[in-house]
Amino acid sequence: MNLIQRAPGMTRRHFMSHLAGASALAGPAWAFTNTLRANAAELKKNHKSCIMLWMGGGPPTIDMWDMKPGATTGGQFNPIATTGEAQINELMPKLAEQMKHLSVVRSMSTREADHTRGGYYMKTGYVPNPNIEHPSYGSVVAHEIGTKIDNLEIPPFVSIGGSGGGPGFLGMTYAPFQVSSNGRMRDLQMGVEDWQLADRMKLLSVLERRFVNERRGPAPEEHAKVLDSTLELMTSEQLVAFKVDQEPQAVRDRYGNNNLAKSCLLSRRLVEAGVPFVEVNFGGWDLHQNCFTSLEEKLPVLDHALSTLVEDLSERGMLDDTIVMCMGEFGRTPRINENAGRDHWARSWSILAGGGGLSAGRVIGETNADGTAVTSEPYSSEDLMATICQAMGISLQTVFTANNGRPMKIANSGKLIEGLIA
Amino acid sequence: MQCIIALKSQPARFTFVFAVVAVLIVAAVTSDCMAADSSANSTSQNSSQLIDDLVSKGWKENGFAPSKTATDSEWCRRVYLDVLGRIPTVDELNQFLKAKRTSQRDAELVDRLLGPDYVQEYARNWTTIWTNTLIGRTGGTDRRSPTSRPGMMQYLERVLLENKPYHLMARDLITATGDARPDMDNFNGAANFLVEKLAENGVQATAKTSQIFLGMNVQCTQCHNHPFNEYQQNQFWEMNAFFRQTRRNLEQMMDDDEPKPYATLVDDNFGGEGRMMGDRRREVVLEMRHGKLVDRDGAGVHAAPTYYELRNGQVRVAYPVFVDGSSLAAKYSDQGEDYGNSGAIEQINRRKELAELVLGSEQLEQSLVNRYWAHFFGHGFTKPIDDMGPHNPPSHPELLEILARDFRDSEFDLKGLIRRLVLSKPYRLSSRMNSSNVEDDPALGRPPMFSRFYVRQMQAEQLFDSLLVATKADAQATDDEKREMMKDRWLRQFSTAFGNDEGTESTSFNGSIPQVLTLMNGDLTKKAIRTKGESFLGRIANDPQLSNADKFNYLYQAGLSRKPSKQERKICTQLLASRKGDVARTLQDVWWAVLNSNEFILIH
Repeated sequence: MNLIQRAPGMTRRHFMSHLAGASALAGPAWAFTNTLRANAAELKKNHKSCIMLWMGGGPPTIDMWDMKPGATTGGQFNPIATTGEAQINELMPKLAEQMKHLSVVRSMSTREADHTRGGYYMKTGYVPNPNIEHPSYGSVVAHEIGTKIDNLEIPPFVSIGGSGGGPGFLGMTYAPFQVSSNGRMRDLQMGVEDWQLADRMKLLSVLERRFVNERRGPAPEEHAKVLDSTLELMTSEQLVAFKVDQEPQAVRDRYGNNNLAKSCLLSRRLVEAGVPFVEVNFGGWDLHQNCFTSLEEKLPVLDHALSTLVEDLSERGMLDDTIVMCMGEFGRTPRINENAGRDHWARSWSILAGGGGLSAGRVIGETNADGTAVTSEPYSSEDLMATICQAMGISLQTVFTANNGRPMKIANSGKLIEGLIA
Repeated sequence: MQCIIALKSQPARFTFVFAVVAVLIVAAVTSDCMAADSSANSTSQNSSQLIDDLVSKGWKENGFAPSKTATDSEWCRRVYLDVLGRIPTVDELNQFLKAKRTSQRDAELVDRLLGPDYVQEYARNWTTIWTNTLIGRTGGTDRRSPTSRPGMMQYLERVLLENKPYHLMARDLITATGDARPDMDNFNGAANFLVEKLAENGVQATAKTSQIFLGMNVQCTQCHNHPFNEYQQNQFWEMNAFFRQTRRNLEQMMDDDEPKPYATLVDDNFGGEGRMMGDRRREVVLEMRHGKLVDRDGAGVHAAPTYYELRNGQVRVAYPVFVDGSSLAAKYSDQGEDYGNSGAIEQINRRKELAELVLGSEQLEQSLVNRYWAHFFGHGFTKPIDDMGPHNPPSHPELLEILARDFRDSEFDLKGLIRRLVLSKPYRLSSRMNSSNVEDDPALGRPPMFSRFYVRQMQAEQLFDSLLVATKADAQATDDEKREMMKDRWLRQFSTAFGNDEGTESTSFNGSIPQVLTLMNGDLTKKAIRTKGESFLGRIANDPQLSNADKFNYLYQAGLSRKPSKQERKICTQLLASRKGDVARTLQDVWWAVLNSNEFILIH
């Protein structure tokens, strides 16, 4: 059912043409999944991938990656040395062992300090604009890299445990595929014979095409495209990438049993299968109250899961081709409020990134003694996005044509964060 | 000399003032009603004309020719979806199509849908819409949440059943006190709007009240002056001050296996911020000045201040001031300088004051008209609809202003407004583009000119109700309660709350793969395409009155409000032949395809 003509090689090659033959409407019944198995080619991996650990709510990076012991803003925790240049919170000793692989940018300085705006800005490189929706990291990668990966039948942008960044003007074809941390997907099976599925698809394609041809704007066509992707996913053997329970027990034990740990393991499996962008959601950082008692619970969870992921990627030789980055929509106030919390703060904060050819074990930029201001060159969301795109091999000269006809430069003309490039 | 006293509730000598205020309010409302009498309903037809005139002016200015008029069945489907939240049944569709083509035919349908025959369905649909607006799709869905979703819905359903004027609904929601859950003694469902939003000193109460009832997006100004619009940080905290007498009392019922919070909203004396004492009384430090005892911190003994911090660390004081600059201090200045800033409930009930200010503001009707326009036309006069103001000029300022004014004049008659919008010419247009209006596409970042009907996807709730209507998939769920439970369960799979202080949430019912999977393979679809016995398809398959062609026609009409095309008839017939005449199974596949099509899920 090739609803929408795509470039050859982009989709499973034989599926669509076989479908026509499979339909009772056109010939004898014929089980297409078996044939697909015979035809399924090895996925060629010569691209980079990125795992973005999104800390929704805005993590207190002053308590994590850029600590200020002794300052009135410093909070109650002590820093510890790591295998890299950075010192980090004492609650993350396992990650400290892996910090030789990761760098900290301590001079993030942005202006968007509410969740919706900040999240949009950090994920797209653009401030919100009522007239246009910009694509997020994952959608940009899906568009620039995902479409070039032969034989990738599962979505190129997967968001685990959260909704993920939006596709903006690139359209629903590049939207994140949202799954839970255990990788289970609802309603994957139709529960009918293949020939019947084929019949239904044929009937449906007549309806879809008719409506698309009636020129009612982009929505009918978007629907048809997503239908294509869905069918491709449903019938793909690559779905096994989502089956975390097929991982050896020892590996599952090593990652652990909480949602973040399972999400991290799933992200590794997906990257292994060729997915170029995975967003892992680990929220609950909006710590206006009781920041420190919350961190006593959250940081050990982060410590174990993230350190295991980085170590695992490194042991498998995947870290050179896989960027791991860790950020939220902003940092939190150096000032500790009357509820022992920290409020939203965008002016001076940190992100963590490494792997995929980024610099390793470095500290980039600095803040003043109480963490209230960046004292080195400040970096923006655009800068970070440009750096990540460049590291993934996406040309910064790429220009999208937004649906209003205006050219949109990838990463909004951000400048490279020099120290983060290896 | 210094002494410390605790501010206590003031004696009752001021109660008479409140009584006077109350009388004035009643008088104001009464005069509104009287003014409205002459203009209600009778002008709605003219108002539709007004829409036609002002919208077509925009077409001419932009060189757009409007799309053709939609077919009768397209329009009928659209009206049912937008007004009742579901597609029409085949009978309903045919009743409309077979009615005599008079100039009044459209109006008769709209009046029927807004009239007593459909009042339950109307109320249920708009209860859903308003519940999602007021507490979001996830509000009250978590067991630990103090918000009672059923409580919120019960209140709204009553309001919508009686078509209560919108301003009175706004007042109920802003001023509500009482118990949140229907099983509590002093139940007041309206309280649920604010129950969850009072956390963190009512920051969300401030933001959402401004956003929903005034069309103002002030979220950012909590921390700083808005970078792109005219709102200032002080305005946020001065609005916030209106909510500071309000408390949410929580009780856990421990006899339950899984304890739920029981929330009660109350207004109480507010001593102001500062060094707080045990029972929320403020420590007031007095000193002698000019031979008089005054509050050392500058605010007289009545005033109950709140404080906020500027980005540079400076602390500022806030008292209740409405967004248009009306302060309670000025309103009550004849009672003394600080009287209006009092936190004593016998003197000033701040939420009641706020409600009157909201009710007097023309932003109330403008934001509502913008919201309803967006519901029916797919795009509002501003984008987003709840961020209005000089920084975000509307696409049709004159139309918005007149519609809003008429709405107030009609005594905030929501059904009257719906009638006007639905009977206008732009709402009657086809969604198919012509050669001149391709560019009229708000997705291109241009202001909408409404020269064609913008296609949009059904909401998850609309889809659920449409599937029920089209297929009677709830055959077992005979009573409303069961149906609602089933619906809740089904809807919940799509919504995610972000768990931050803005109450942000997202839906995966957005045209993405998980949604498509649900429709292709989910339980609801499986139920809809059952063929056994008395099921929807079973009855059609076994109806001896219908030819096979009739049966295909029926399915297309039931799902798409149209008959199959020649090509579609051909493929259906082909399929039936290949199934060796097994009608039921053939219908099953056809129906599956209809329900999964873009034409079904889109409002067009």
